[in-house]
Amino acid sequence: MSAVVAKFELPPLPYEMNALEPFMSKTTLEFHWGKHQRAYIDNLNKQISGTELESLKLEDIITKTYGGGNAQPAFNNAAQAWNHDFFFHSMTAKGGKAPSGDISGLINRDLGSYDNFVKEFKAAATTQFGSGWAWLSLKDGKLIVQKTANAVNPLVSGETPLLVLDVWEHAYYLDFQNRRPDYVETFLRELVNWDTVNARLETATAKL
Amino acid sequence: MSKKTLEVHWGKHQRGYIENLNRQIANTPFEGYLLEDIVKISYNRGSPQPAFNNAAQAWNHDFFFTSLKPGGGKSPTGEIAELIDKQLGSYDNFVKEFKLAAASQFGAGWAWLALKEAKLVVEKTPNAINPLIWDHIPLLVLDVWEHAYYLDFQNNRPDYVSTFLEHLVNWDIVNARLDRAKAFMNWGEPDWDLFDKDADILTYEEAGIDVVEDSS
Repeated sequence: MSAVVAKFELPPLPYEMNALEPFMSKTTLEFHWGKHQRAYIDNLNKQISGTELESLKLEDIITKTYGGGNAQPAFNNAAQAWNHDFFFHSMTAKGGKAPSGDISGLINRDLGSYDNFVKEFKAAATTQFGSGWAWLSLKDGKLIVQKTANAVNPLVSGETPLLVLDVWEHAYYLDFQNRRPDYVETFLRELVNWDTVNARLETATAKL
Repeated sequence: MSKKTLEVHWGKHQRGYIENLNRQIANTPFEGYLLEDIVKISYNRGSPQPAFNNAAQAWNHDFFFTSLKPGGGKSPTGEIAELIDKQLGSYDNFVKEFKLAAASQFGAGWAWLALKEAKLVVEKTPNAINPLIWDHIPLLVLDVWEHAYYLDFQNNRPDYVSTFLEHLVNWDIVNARLDRAKAFMNWGEPDWDLFDKDADILTYEEAGIDVVEDSS
């Protein structure tokens, strides 16, 4: 009798396709979720079918296939599937601006101030050359801003992500074309889901 | 390839690389260098200096735009056609390899047809890297950064690549680049049968060449 094998499914968006307008268009989300993320998941399922990876959780596939930078084929699809879901949940309509709650205190403690967080996050997001992601993460209990290339995420280096911005061009090209700095500012000002960040923080600190 | 795409691609992206490069090299030794030399030197054997990304992207984009032409694409004629048949098997096989390189370059990058030690190769590079750093001679490139195709094709990179091959490749310029490359390649032993072994070796005088005596 064969074991029950989980196939990854495309997680639904936590909001309607037009919910983030005018700051992120419906068309962008239709492609970003409906084509890009869907493809990562479909391709991942094909890649892991019949292999030992098939029964693992997504996060475990990511850390197992990363190979210290010498990644196995499934890594890109697995990590991108995870990154995108984390990203879509990092946003909300009427989000953005300075947070309240525990994250606010940590930002002041570890990054100086909300303004300084903004400055560091913008720098990370705009200096990630080529494709990648900008993160707010916990590293050894302290907040850091980091950037990663292509599919790489902080899970592979043992940090705990709390917030991410997709800076692959597909994330912003229809709405902002080359103007990545404007996209980053809009994200920070209008879209960041600080409630989710606080929830992720609570989960992370519960594990410490 | 839409007008809007080229307006942003050339007018914003490439312009940005050049302006940023100029700022970076101002008052530095790089200021008088040829662009190709800045690219090769600033690559610094894999620990690129700050100017590398802008220099290489400036170079790559010009090479890309000149690799396109209206009414282009499809199989070539001329010397590149012969070389493709001889060294890559066939035009169809070139298409297959090129499509694969372009589609499998994960993230941002470029797909190339280049000469590596006098042999045609299809290769792919990430981000700003180009085959100049390996001393290859590029002949043709396709930009596969998402900004190159997102307005026209969105996520459909394969269609973009097919469209490029079918309608846009400037084979005339590829032939011109190949011709120029010949001056820089070691093509191996000449075909000695082409030489008349019985020909007399002439003196300078017999050949009508004036030799100026050193008057010092």
